Amino acid sequence: MKHSTFIWFFSPTALAMLLFIAFPIVSVLVQSVHAPHKAVLVEVETCTPLVGCTIETSIDQEATRAIREEKPIGRFIGLEIFSDRGHLAISEVSKIWSISENFNEFFTKLGNLPFYRAMAFTLTFTFIVTPLVVIVGFLIALNVNALHDRIKGVVVFFSLLPFVITPLIGALVLFWMIDSRGILGSAIQWIFADPNLSLKASTGLMWISLIVYGVWHAAPFAFVIFYAGLQTLPADQLEAAQIDGATRTQQVRYVVLPHLMPLVSFVALIQLMDNFRVFEPIVGFNASAHAQSLSWFIFNDLGGETRQLSSASATSVLTIIGVTILLLPVLRRTWRDFMEKAK
Amino acid sequence: MTIASKRRSLSLRIAIYIFAAIWLLVAAFPFVWTLWGSFKVELDFFSVANWTNALSGERTIAEYGQPFTDAGYEGAWIKEEFWRNVINTFIVCFFVVCTSLTIGTLGGYALSRSGYRYTLILLIAALIFRAMPPITLVSGYMLPFFEWNVWGILPTTIIVLVAINQPFTLWMLHSFFQNIPKELDESAKVDGCSQFKAFRLVIIPVMWPGVITTGLFSFLLAYNDFAITSMLLSEDNRTMVPQIAAFLGTTYTEGNVMFAVAAVVSAAAPLFILVMFFQRQIVSGLTAGAVKG
Repeated sequence: MKHSTFIWFFSPTALAMLLFIAFPIVSVLVQSVHAPHKAVLVEVETCTPLVGCTIETSIDQEATRAIREEKPIGRFIGLEIFSDRGHLAISEVSKIWSISENFNEFFTKLGNLPFYRAMAFTLTFTFIVTPLVVIVGFLIALNVNALHDRIKGVVVFFSLLPFVITPLIGALVLFWMIDSRGILGSAIQWIFADPNLSLKASTGLMWISLIVYGVWHAAPFAFVIFYAGLQTLPADQLEAAQIDGATRTQQVRYVVLPHLMPLVSFVALIQLMDNFRVFEPIVGFNASAHAQSLSWFIFNDLGGETRQLSSASATSVLTIIGVTILLLPVLRRTWRDFMEKAK
Repeated sequence: MTIASKRRSLSLRIAIYIFAAIWLLVAAFPFVWTLWGSFKVELDFFSVANWTNALSGERTIAEYGQPFTDAGYEGAWIKEEFWRNVINTFIVCFFVVCTSLTIGTLGGYALSRSGYRYTLILLIAALIFRAMPPITLVSGYMLPFFEWNVWGILPTTIIVLVAINQPFTLWMLHSFFQNIPKELDESAKVDGCSQFKAFRLVIIPVMWPGVITTGLFSFLLAYNDFAITSMLLSEDNRTMVPQIAAFLGTTYTEGNVMFAVAAVVSAAAPLFILVMFFQRQIVSGLTAGAVKG
């Protein structure tokens, strides 16, 4: 294809991505180093007889509006927002580091800072849900593959539901069941014989339910991928293993798993990216008192009466950096694959 | 595999069916339960006294004289005017799917037919854009949209959702187009067609399975989005998902949780129908990206 034809075909989508993905990223970067203008203050001296003169400070509304309209982005403040308490909290961290006697104390105190608390949850969530999704998805795929052909279709239909459902709706549906007055909540109270047990009151229970939601939502995705992979499993390899006397577990371990390995890494990488941005379940579970994520911070900053654009932008930049770090292996793999194909 | 299935012992077969039954229960029961509960009153669905009330509908009978009531749906659809949000959602989804398929098909076709190195760079850029959580971009939209006075209206949200869908659409259509042999349009070009004419006459008639699958995923992305729609739409223009979130804000205080339950069931129903009719396309779409790597 000629370069000019390529440009004609590609320009609409390129324009859309440039205007609404690339520019906003730049805009986020710029905003994260700016803060809203301070109000312009004027000092007015009022003198009344007998009382004397007092100097009053008031906001010059007109001048303030003028400067805000002239430069809506705000004033340049450098990396100040990144280092404040709501984000990287650099001075607080160094203070904690100097007064803490051991790592345990350091990490406990670090957990009181919002950014690090959110990172703790996000990373725990990501690195527990991702392997669980792979394992559960693999088990379901093995299982469905062994079912009778007639009911496979039905099982696949129901399996797709948790994945296709709107994340917020899926989270709410589970949350209403796990609620202390819901059916699962009552069951848990009955099992532990503790009528006051409620996930709203316990950080640990809340984290577990969020993780359960994460696995429930994403396991069907892993299942479908692995199930498709199982269909391409070469039958002669399996037969050879059977003739050699391999047990069922050995067949799975030495024939099926190696065949699915590329798919495992694909699922794991997609899951790493998706779980790192965990957000809707926190809203759906009303869990913000116990678990926050960077995405939730951005949502919280942008919602509400005062839109804290600078703070949200700084968190966005930190999130983008985090995603990029997680993405590096995928990028390297894609590059390598393409280069091999080009040869 | 046929040999393996013949040799399966009875106990293993039973174990397989028990596991399948458990998984079906885990996957489907929450939806069945919510559908059932949406026809009850709050004190039955969220029963403090006894969970069997949700089955028997004791309070619902006491209040309405029958074990089922459509009070939740009436409250959501009529009193809270949820139908407006439903219409908004379908407007948004329709235009997002149409626009992103149109420009995505052109772009994906170009990527699959050009062998130059910049196609790789563009695909990798698309992959990076795909990995960005959409909510990180929202703070970049706010200021310009306020300045231009386009915040809060449906067209702005549609364009943003189209753009956010593009990376995914491009990747998917790119892999579908690569499965269509290059010889097909090459020969049309030898016969004197321009590239666009070859695309129109030769590729469009055979590309529909891939386009429909990609369209399904575009629809799901637009329908399921919460981050963009909740941030970029004003109260009057809300789609379903942000409206459900808004219900929670007000209903937890007003005690009308059942409105939200009814709205959730209403919003989930179209997705069920979608999966029912397009199960095969969804499965093939999910695996298209993976099996190719």
